[in-house]
Amino acid sequence: MEPFVRLKAVAAPYELANVDTDRIIPARFLRYARSAEYASYLFRDVRFASDGTPRAEFFLNRPEYAGARILVAAENFGCGSSREGAVWALAESGFRAWIAPSFGEIFHENTFKNGLLPVTLPAERAARIRALLAAKPGAELTIDLSAQTIALPDGSVEVFEIDAFRKECLLNGWDDIDLTLKHEAAIAAYESRQRNETPWLAGSMIQTRNGGRSS
Amino acid sequence: MGLSLYEKIWARHAIAKGAGERSLLYVDRHLMHDGSFHAFSALEASGRRLRRPDACFATPDHYIPTRNRAAGIAGIADATVRGRVEGLESNARKHGVMLFGFDDPRQGIVHVVGPEQGVTQPGMVLVCGDSHTSTHGAFGAMGFGIGASEVAHVMATQTLWARKAKTLRVTVDGALTKGVSAKDVILAIIAKIGTAGGNGHAIEYAGSAIRSLSMAGRMTVCNMSIEAGARCGMVAPDDTSCEYLSGRAFAPKGTDWDKALAFWRTLPSDADAKFDREATIDGSALVPQVTWGTSPEYGGAVTDVVPDPERESDVVRRESMLRALAYMDLAPGTPLAGLPMQRVFIGSCTNSRIEDLRAAAQVLRGRKVSIPTMIVPGSGLIKQAAESEGLHRVFAEAGAEWLGAACSMCVGTNGDLASAGERVASTSNRNFEGRQGQGVRTHLMSPAMAAAAAVRGAICDVRTMLD
Ligand code: SF4
Repeated sequence: MEPFVRLKAVAAPYELANVDTDRIIPARFLRYARSAEYASYLFRDVRFASDGTPRAEFFLNRPEYAGARILVAAENFGCGSSREGAVWALAESGFRAWIAPSFGEIFHENTFKNGLLPVTLPAERAARIRALLAAKPGAELTIDLSAQTIALPDGSVEVFEIDAFRKECLLNGWDDIDLTLKHEAAIAAYESRQRNETPWLAGSMIQTRNGGRSS
Repeated sequence: MGLSLYEKIWARHAIAKGAGERSLLYVDRHLMHDGSFHAFSALEASGRRLRRPDACFATPDHYIPTRNRAAGIAGIADATVRGRVEGLESNARKHGVMLFGFDDPRQGIVHVVGPEQGVTQPGMVLVCGDSHTSTHGAFGAMGFGIGASEVAHVMATQTLWARKAKTLRVTVDGALTKGVSAKDVILAIIAKIGTAGGNGHAIEYAGSAIRSLSMAGRMTVCNMSIEAGARCGMVAPDDTSCEYLSGRAFAPKGTDWDKALAFWRTLPSDADAKFDREATIDGSALVPQVTWGTSPEYGGAVTDVVPDPERESDVVRRESMLRALAYMDLAPGTPLAGLPMQRVFIGSCTNSRIEDLRAAAQVLRGRKVSIPTMIVPGSGLIKQAAESEGLHRVFAEAGAEWLGAACSMCVGTNGDLASAGERVASTSNRNFEGRQGQGVRTHLMSPAMAAAAAVRGAICDVRTMLD
C-alpha cells in the first residue's frame, strides 16, 4: 500500500450528522467489484438527480471542491453497514483523509485497511475547521501524520490523537496480513488450545452435516 | 475485581499484543454470504489460502430472489446478481467451506441460519462481513461485523487486530406488557442513547426483561446494537440459550456437550464486574415504538407525535432532524398513529424468525391487509415450520404475500424495492434515506405493529387490535 505521511490538499466541509454508508454509496452498487467506477457511486442519490444531472446544492458539486482530497464531517460519519464500498467510493474520488468528531466503527477500521487516514477531533474543534473551510471554499489543510498535526487556513495548528499501531501501518504502507503472519506461533498455540479445551470448536463445521431444527 | 462477559471472551482470544492498544484476536467462527466476493477476490489476488475452512460457514442471502425460486439460480434475471450467488457457491466449493446454497432448504439470512444451526455458541469470537453480526451476541458470543479487507485478513490468518472496547451495560427490568416486544425494547434503547451512543463500546443487555426474552427476542435486541453505534452487543448465556442450542446440527454433542455446558456456565459477568457505563430502561413502562426519521434514533412511542426540531438546542442535531423531516415529508406535531402507509415489509435478520411470524399472524388472523404486504421468512426451515403451523394460510387469507427466505426489502439488493414517495412499515433495522429504494420512506416497528399497519393501511397502536 502507498504510505500515508503528509497530505496538503483542498478540504471540503460536510455539515450533516450521522452520514450513513447507504448515503455514501447506495446498496445497489455493491454488487460490482471495485474499480474506478466507484467514484461515480459516491453520494450518488444526493449528489445527482435521478436523470443524472448534478444537484447544484450538494456540497461536492461546487467547483471549489473539484480537487478535494480531505473531507471534514460531523458526528458519527460513516455509521451503518460494514460495506467497504463506502471507503472505496471516497478513495476512487480522490479522498485520502476524513476528519470528524466520531465515526461509524467499521467504517473507521475500513479506512485504515485502505491506507487512508480517519482523524477524530473533539466536536467543537471539528466544527471550527468546518466553519473556517466554509468561509473560504477551496482552502487547503495540511495533515502531517508523523507529527499528528493539521495546519489550518488561518495559520493555526490542530493536534490529533491516533492509535500507535495504525499510525505505524499507515506511515509504512504495511499490509497487516504480513505483519500478522509474524505471530504464527501464537496463532498455532491458540489453535492447539482450542483442540484441547474446546474440541467442539475445532473442525465441527465439516463433520456434522445433517439435521437442524428451526424453532 | 470481577470480569464482564465481554472481558472474559476478550481475555481468552487476545493472543498477541501489537503497538498501542491493539491485540490480535483469534476468530473461532467466520460466516460468509453472497457479498463476500470482494474478500475472496482479495485473498486470491494475494496468493494466500483460506486458513480454517472448517471454521467457516456460508449461505447466500443478499442477492437471493424471494419469488420464483423453483427456477433455480438460472431464474435470477440480472447477470451480475446471479454471478454473486454463483460466486459464493463456487468459492465455497473451491475453498472447502460448508455451504447451504441456493437450493438447500436450510438456506437463509446468515444471521438467522447461523444460530438456527447451532453454529453460533456462547464464548466464541464470531465475525462476518456484515454489520448485523452483532445478532450472534444473543448467545453470549462476541459477534461483530467487519469490512471486506478485514474479511480477507480473517480468511488468511483466522485473526483480527482489534482494540478492546469499553463496556456499556443496558439493564431493562420489569415485565413487558401485551403488544410490546423485543423490537420495541431495542428501538427505545436506541432512542434513549442515540445512534452514536454505543460507539467504542460493547453492550451487555441485562435485567429481568431481557432474561425473559426468547432467543429470538434476544437476537432482535442484539441485532440492532450496531444501530446504537456498538459493534457488538451481548446477553449472558443461561438455561434459555443452552436449551435452544441443544440438538442443533452444529452444536456440540455427547461428552463435548457436557464440557461445553460447563464452560458456558463460567461466562456470565461476575457480580462485581465493573462497566464503563450503565443505562437503564423500565421495561414495564414501554409502549410500541415507531421511527419517524432517517436514523434509527429518530423514533418514539406510537402514542407520540413527530417532534419539533426548533425545540432541539443542538444545532447539528436540529439540522439533521429538519433534513430527516423534509425527506420523510412530515410536519412537527403530526401524530404517529394514523399516518398512512403504502406498503409493509415483515422480514430481515431483525424480525424474520418463527416467533416474529407468529406475532404477525396473531394480528392478521381473520383480518385483511389493505396495502401490499410482503412476509419474508429468515430461512427455508422457518418457512417450513411456519407452514406446518398453518401460518402461510393465515397470511394468504389476509391477502399478504408469503415469500422465500432472503434479505429482500431490508436492503433491496435482490430487486425487492419500494417506489419513490411510498411509506413502508418495516420490521427491518435501518430507515436511512434510500435504504428500501430511492425516495422511499421507512418506518421501523415490530412485526405485530407492521401487521397492524397492514390491516389499517396506517400506523396504528397494535394494542387496540389484541384481545
Ligand atoms: S436482512 Fe438486512 S440487515 Fe440483515 S443481513 Fe440482510 S441486508 Fe443486512
